Amino acid sequence: MTTAAPDDRSPVAARGQPSNPPPSTTGAVVELDHVTKRYGPPGSSPAVNELSLTIPAGEVCVLVGPSGCGKTTTMKMINRLVEPTSGRLTIDGRDVMQLSPVDLRRRIGYVIQQVGLFPHMTVGENTGVVPRLLRWPQARIRERVEELLDLVGLEAAAYRDRYPSELSGGERQRVGVARALAADPPVMLMDEPFGAVDPIRRDRLQNEFLRLQSRVRKTIVFVTHDVDEAIKMADRIAILQRGGILAQYDTPDAILSHPANEFVERFVGADRGLKRLSLARVRDLELIRPVLVTAGTDRTDARRELQASAVDFALLADEHGRPLGWIRATDVDGQGPIDPERATPGASLIEPETTLRDALSAMLASSVQLGAVVDEDERVVGLISVDQISEVLQSGNLPGKTDATG
Amino acid sequence: MPPGEPLLRPDWVVNNLDVIGERLGEHLGMTATAVGVGFVISFALALMIRRHRALTTAVIGAAGILYAVPSLALFAFLIPFTGISFVTAEIALVSYTLLILVRNILLGLESVPPDVLEAADGMGYTSRQRLWRVELPIALPIIVAGLRIATVTTIGLVTVTSLIGQGGLGYLIVVAGINAFFPTAIYVGALLSVALAVAADALLLAAQRRLTPWSSARGGTA
Amino acid sequence: MTLIDELGAWLADPTHWTGPDGMVTRLLEHVALSGACLGLAIAIALPIGLWIGHTGRGAAGVIRAANIGQALPTLGVIGIVLPLTANIEPYGFDLIPSIVALVALAIPPIVTNTYAGLRQVDPEAVEAGRGMGMRELQLLRLVEVPLALPSVLAGLRISAVQVVATATLAAVLGAGGLGRLIIDGIAQQDDAQLFMGAVLVAILAIATELAFAGLQRIAISPGLRGRVQAARGSAADV
Ligand SMILES: Nc1ncnc2c1ncn2[C@@H]1O[C@H](COP(=O)(O)OP(=O)(O)O)[C@@H](O)[C@H]1O
Ligand SMILES: [Mg+2]
Repeated sequence: MTTAAPDDRSPVAARGQPSNPPPSTTGAVVELDHVTKRYGPPGSSPAVNELSLTIPAGEVCVLVGPSGCGKTTTMKMINRLVEPTSGRLTIDGRDVMQLSPVDLRRRIGYVIQQVGLFPHMTVGENTGVVPRLLRWPQARIRERVEELLDLVGLEAAAYRDRYPSELSGGERQRVGVARALAADPPVMLMDEPFGAVDPIRRDRLQNEFLRLQSRVRKTIVFVTHDVDEAIKMADRIAILQRGGILAQYDTPDAILSHPANEFVERFVGADRGLKRLSLARVRDLELIRPVLVTAGTDRTDARRELQASAVDFALLADEHGRPLGWIRATDVDGQGPIDPERATPGASLIEPETTLRDALSAMLASSVQLGAVVDEDERVVGLISVDQISEVLQSGNLPGKTDATG
Repeated sequence: MPPGEPLLRPDWVVNNLDVIGERLGEHLGMTATAVGVGFVISFALALMIRRHRALTTAVIGAAGILYAVPSLALFAFLIPFTGISFVTAEIALVSYTLLILVRNILLGLESVPPDVLEAADGMGYTSRQRLWRVELPIALPIIVAGLRIATVTTIGLVTVTSLIGQGGLGYLIVVAGINAFFPTAIYVGALLSVALAVAADALLLAAQRRLTPWSSARGGTA
Repeated sequence: MTLIDELGAWLADPTHWTGPDGMVTRLLEHVALSGACLGLAIAIALPIGLWIGHTGRGAAGVIRAANIGQALPTLGVIGIVLPLTANIEPYGFDLIPSIVALVALAIPPIVTNTYAGLRQVDPEAVEAGRGMGMRELQLLRLVEVPLALPSVLAGLRISAVQVVATATLAAVLGAGGLGRLIIDGIAQQDDAQLFMGAVLVAILAIATELAFAGLQRIAISPGLRGRVQAARGSAADV
């Protein structure tokens, strides 16, 4: 079973930055062994039932399931905000019940949906809370706070002395993440951290979070009720069913291609094929060679090239190779240079990091069912077609994966 | 009033600055004692209630009854036991602060958002650290609001203790003023006690603003 | 003689009950004085509170004034008024200063709570009323006041209890009321009289508190229950 390395999924990381050496994992293995939690008396129905999970170090494990299925309970047993009724929980082999709850929690990052920033502390003070509890020296705390704010994309000089009431929702959430990372905990627990943010900002925060994770490599337990978010964020997904019963624990790809039972199948949705497309990226496809023409290209040449090609459209580009629009093969008749007026303007520009799912919707939304794949200077590097993606859908094998069946 | 007696005799004020200062000092001392002792008791009661929720009704109910008893009546209840004394005056004054202070301390602690408490627990605060470093600072504006009401109320009530031989500025109003038909003393006492109440209120508000810079930051409390 | 014996002896004297200076007279005087002052205060404060709450105009100034008014010691107000009215016959020396002080005491809680109540009214409800074609006075009567009623009544309750409690001080100037029993008791070192005055005024104050609590319960629309807050101190928080 192969999992994409986290930075493989991050468009931002792959685009601009020089590739860093792969970071070492700082996470710890988290293991749940037949863990049960009953809020009521013995014999009452449990909120979490005989749950066993092993979360490898440095991976993102997403707990997903309908509301009330026990996700939050499961997560809170790891830092003992909820005490398990029975079973064993270990972090790197150490039983959490052997540690004092306070020491345990200082070594586990914790992020919740409502963020819970301390309104009476500045952003800097909020971020430095756990180091202060751990009695780090002042200078080291200051340094660490600066580093963390930078890490979550908030300029320290501008944000350090603000109060939470002076931040936007997205900014608060970033401070919440920075605060949780402060003491460099091997394990992070995140309960619907992006649940209260609007969809556009959520997408951005998710991407940033993935980029961040590719650098810090924590073991992350991430709770959401949103399957799409689970698929996007997870190395592994644990699907819980009401009563805290584990329905399936596997990679996103395996869950989408082989749902373990009817519950999982219904929960991930009828469009699970389509959802699977978000696990592969355009650069995993074999790109089609484009027929590139410019305003000066001779029509006879263009005609010849089009006949030899698999596509019915030539791509009109400017002198730097940036796409301007499509020209239909049947419109390249007669003699003389190409007439740019006859082009269908607005080719879908697709980046190599775009998921197949997004690429498909972009192409379906345009009048020509082709996409121009461009590099960071918007120069065309190849084409993809709707047909290519429907082939992927039908074959059941994701490109770029050695083993799609999990 | 004796006919022809002016409302204010400046020469009396000038000649009696020491007496006036002494009564002002007494007034401040009685107020500070009552609010200080009242706050300590209320704080202890509030923490006790937090631990044992079942006590809420009993404590608030008792404080509420004390509060509803008119001040003069409360003095009257105490006189057979503690006489016409400073202690009688202070017991009554302290009793009146309890309801306001206990209630506001509890309201303040309840005003701490549950997500903040959860975050604090999740980060590994001990319960004592959570109380002192998170809950009380956040509760401070509401606690100070209670202190303001208690202080202003007490400043007014101290004047009433003049009827049992204490009184601070109330002595000037009642004994030197009303009983002696001497308007100048009434005005000095009344105006100073009003000024004292307004000044104490403003001072406490300013102190609260200084202590809780976050609550005046843009957007109010988060 | 213990307090109990003294009380027994004092209560055994029928003139202490129904005499011209007896408890019944003092109680009736107390109720009459409190009722008159509360009525006057309502007549002044309610329109002011409704006006600033409905229009929002002048609210900041009025609320500031009310907050300062709440800081006025009643004895101070009595003292300030007394020299000005002392020569007005027949009530200038006792009743008028007491009434002014009690009305001044009762106005701020009614104004601030009425204002706060109207401000809390969901703007959408007002908008809806306007949309249905209500005039301003109709809006006030049919939408705003019913929704603000819990807060308005809380203000009345605070004022009523404070007036009943403070009317005791009218006796300082020689006016009637239950305070007389206490003041005379102190002056005559008569602990029994003192004690009975205290008992009666305490009972009256607590009864007023309970009566208004009951009124709040009855008068508030069932749709608003659960949002009712005993806002005794909240007036000063405004
Ligand atoms: N503190 C609690 N006391 C009693 N029952 C609880 C408590 N917390 C959660 N539950 C119950 O446990 C079940 C699982 O809750 P939770 O873990 O919060 O679910 P999820 O996070 O998946 O929505 C629910 O039925 C919920 O009502
Ligand atoms: Mg949950």
